[in-house]
Amino acid sequence: MMTASNNPPLLEVRNLRIEFPTRRGTLLAVDDVSFDIAPGEVLGVVGESGAGKSLTGNAIIGLLEPPGRIAAGEIRLEGRRIDNLPYEEMRKIRGARIGAIFQDPLTSLNPLYSVGRQLVETIQTHLPLSAAKARQRALDLLKEVGIPAAEQRLDHYPHQFSGGMRQRVVIALALCAGPRLIVADEPTTALDVSIQAQIIALLKRLCREHGTAVMLVTHDMGVIAETADRVAVMYAGRVAEIGPVRDVIKHAQHPYTKGLMGSIPSLGVRSERLVQIDGAMPRLTEIPNGCAFNPRCLARGERCLVERPNLMAAGASRAACWLHDKAGVGAPVAKQEPVDA
Amino acid sequence: MWADTDVKAWLARAADSDVWWSFKSSTLTIVAAGATLLIIAIALLSPLLAPHTPFDPATLSLSDGLKPPVFWSADGDWTFPLGTDDQGRDVLSSIMYGTRLSLLVGFASVVVAMVLGITLGLLSGYLGGMLDAVIMRVADVQLTFPAILVALLIDGVVRGLISVQRHDEIAIYVIVGAIGLSFWVQYARTVRSSVLVEKNKEYVQAARVIGLSPLLIMVRHVLPNVTGPVLVIATLNLGLAIISEATLSFLGVGLPSTEPSLGTLIRLGNEVLQSGDWWITVFPGATLAALVLAVNLLGDWLRDALNPKLR
Amino acid sequence: MPEAPFVHLAGLKRYFDVSPPWLVRAIEGKPRQIVRAVDGIDISIAKGETFSLVGESGCGKSTVARLVVGLYPPTAGKIEFDGHDMSVRRNQNDMSALRRRMQMIFQDPFASLNPRWRVFDIIAEPIRAFGLSSDKADLEKRVGDLLRQVRLTPADGRKYPHEFSGGQRQRISIARALASEPEFLVCDEPTSALDVSVQAQILNLMMDLQRRLRLTYLFISHNLAVVYHISTRVGVMYLGRLVEVAPTDSLFRRPKHPYTRMLLDTIPDLEMTGRQRAPMAGEVPSPINPPTGCTFHPRCPFANDRCKAEVPELLASEDGMVACHAIEERRLGVEERSYGEKPSA
Repeated sequence: MMTASNNPPLLEVRNLRIEFPTRRGTLLAVDDVSFDIAPGEVLGVVGESGAGKSLTGNAIIGLLEPPGRIAAGEIRLEGRRIDNLPYEEMRKIRGARIGAIFQDPLTSLNPLYSVGRQLVETIQTHLPLSAAKARQRALDLLKEVGIPAAEQRLDHYPHQFSGGMRQRVVIALALCAGPRLIVADEPTTALDVSIQAQIIALLKRLCREHGTAVMLVTHDMGVIAETADRVAVMYAGRVAEIGPVRDVIKHAQHPYTKGLMGSIPSLGVRSERLVQIDGAMPRLTEIPNGCAFNPRCLARGERCLVERPNLMAAGASRAACWLHDKAGVGAPVAKQEPVDA
Repeated sequence: MWADTDVKAWLARAADSDVWWSFKSSTLTIVAAGATLLIIAIALLSPLLAPHTPFDPATLSLSDGLKPPVFWSADGDWTFPLGTDDQGRDVLSSIMYGTRLSLLVGFASVVVAMVLGITLGLLSGYLGGMLDAVIMRVADVQLTFPAILVALLIDGVVRGLISVQRHDEIAIYVIVGAIGLSFWVQYARTVRSSVLVEKNKEYVQAARVIGLSPLLIMVRHVLPNVTGPVLVIATLNLGLAIISEATLSFLGVGLPSTEPSLGTLIRLGNEVLQSGDWWITVFPGATLAALVLAVNLLGDWLRDALNPKLR
Repeated sequence: MPEAPFVHLAGLKRYFDVSPPWLVRAIEGKPRQIVRAVDGIDISIAKGETFSLVGESGCGKSTVARLVVGLYPPTAGKIEFDGHDMSVRRNQNDMSALRRRMQMIFQDPFASLNPRWRVFDIIAEPIRAFGLSSDKADLEKRVGDLLRQVRLTPADGRKYPHEFSGGQRQRISIARALASEPEFLVCDEPTSALDVSVQAQILNLMMDLQRRLRLTYLFISHNLAVVYHISTRVGVMYLGRLVEVAPTDSLFRRPKHPYTRMLLDTIPDLEMTGRQRAPMAGEVPSPINPPTGCTFHPRCPFANDRCKAEVPELLASEDGMVACHAIEERRLGVEERSYGEKPSA
């Protein structure tokens, strides 16, 4: 466990609320989300598409796409509030203090410039280094991320790299200025399985060596299981459960997390049926009252229909579920007719 | 199965649709749509609304000739609010009838261009190969000439082939064909590129797995999904087609002066402009400008409204 | 296999010409470029089984799917369906009768349904196309039944695809595939665009339908854990060729080909919390210029000179087939693998 309570956290997210104003009303995409990341820690954020995990990541690096906006809450990096900074100041922090890795490596690389030039430029933007020293650092970084023949590759253009190699370059780019935190949004999703493992191993090694914390946003529980120290499970814009990765995977406390873990096919037992959660995550326009998961929940009670649970202690983790409250869920209510996804 | 609920559901969906919403929230578009509808309505109803029948020689009198508009000079006459030309024809009535013809030619040539362009674009995109190469190279060659030149060429060829009287009788068909033929390329290219995208989508493959013929797949699956961009081009082209007709008529190769469109009116007025009788040419010109502007604003709006990226 | 296979692919090849245009080739003196997407594949699928093809992107597995349902004509080889050679020219009715019996489920639930059509018409299209229903009442009943079969309601038929979630659209796609009462379904990555909890629903539905309707599946996937759950037998593809075919349990418990072993190593296992999954060396080479001999040899730790020169044949080995010189020469033994129990569900 790296969330030592005497150390101040590297990143604090408090009651974050992200809204999308549309003509049909305001959509609440991220609703009252709070978590910390300790220095050097890898926090996995999992959830299905639309759960708000990527938006949370984008809000932290200050790249929320309009019309989305932070409507409430705070984001602090090393104690300094960063969610309300002007664009220019945030741009300096991004790169210098926070690095970003996206799903598609091509979106982070400029196709018109050589990889070396992009690295040198980024290094010189954030560090006071001469051109020669910056180039040397770029070379070191490329070697560090495991690009063979780095000297020659420095002058190559992004399209001359394969997908896996490109993602390595993006990682090098994110590490340029020695950031304290890297926000990695689905960094392996676009890659082949055999390459995924390489990239994850690389990311883990680098963060361990540099003491960089990582917020790893992904839908792939396998990636989280291998990489993260702690994991936050998001559902319908809220955190359903957060805790040490081993506990969340082996002793899930929230009914949603349990269902999610069960529905991942594993090589252990081959059964006639996979565990499934009936129904689908509600659209942002149709989030029910009380607990957002209640229509699909087998354990729901009357209280779940009206009162929204906040995160509360549940085993070694924290879960947003009334099952873990002294007063319980109230009188049982049958699960709604399955609205199958 | 659900006939009347169907209509209600459709209306509800339309009222709730993004396109309708974007229309409602754009004042400029509402004004443009209003202006377009008004001009079209007046033009269509011109036999009922127009104070005179300007091209019936029996009703004309030379003594009414060259009357100025009523608001311009005391010589004006309320019988001819916008004045008269040298033949004593009422300018207002001429404009109403002329607009009707201009609109008719505009719509008809857009339809000709659309049918031709969509057909060739679908064939080209879906079947590909040699046919595609031929159609697209012809399109490329045609694009290197300005549309008006192509229309002039077609008109010229037809004129060379038939007698003058015969030509005046079929002038309107010739000009519709000429303008239509000069505008098909844009439709063909747009449809072709949409088809290239759509035909690789899995719903088209699903139809192929069932064994539907290429023709059925094109008409039932691909065509409905390329109507958006076609509609945008058609609206923008309507303005262009009206202008083209006016240009041809102004140059004297369009509609004859016995059946004048807005372009013909501008030409006729232009001939006497030197003597200071400006109203004969300026009022048709202003009408033309207003009509084309309104139609183009509608087209611009439609293009933005149907493009989700710009919303 | 004792009885004649239900679906039989023999020496199936499909090459794609990816050359630059003729003029460019003529001026720059470049040769034609051919991608051997599928380069000689033999597969027999028995009635009622689920045969899965796995491999990384670009290995040709989706091309096989499209060849089987006739979306591409093969460059060489033949496809036999219930004893009928699909390449034989036959009249419209006979061809249609064969087509009715095989359908396809696609990967992307957002692209596989025509956005302008109502769900009712989407599902009714195969019924109409094959003339399976003569009157309107019967058609409505059939479509309603199909929707219920995939756990939607007949009222959903009035809606348009955009009103449904990804999982629901995939159900509609399945209903359409079932509409012509097929016996054989080709499923091209049917769950890879879906979230895991929805993936489980769709896989369960597909397994239920298979039992109930005695369907035969050709299942294409890159997700080995999914393949493990749904398949009777599995074929592993690499650069257009089959490298190993075996019954599911044998393939996962006793993998033989080095590539199969590497693929199994890369499966993220929730049991492996905190441990490193073995990264696989290298990347898939370009199928335009595949390596000589065994195309896997540049990444293979067991490769020798013979592997670089000679293409290995798919040979019987235990209860499966494998194309590997090292296995054939017994340089490489069979590896036993076991997997832990699944965490609490």
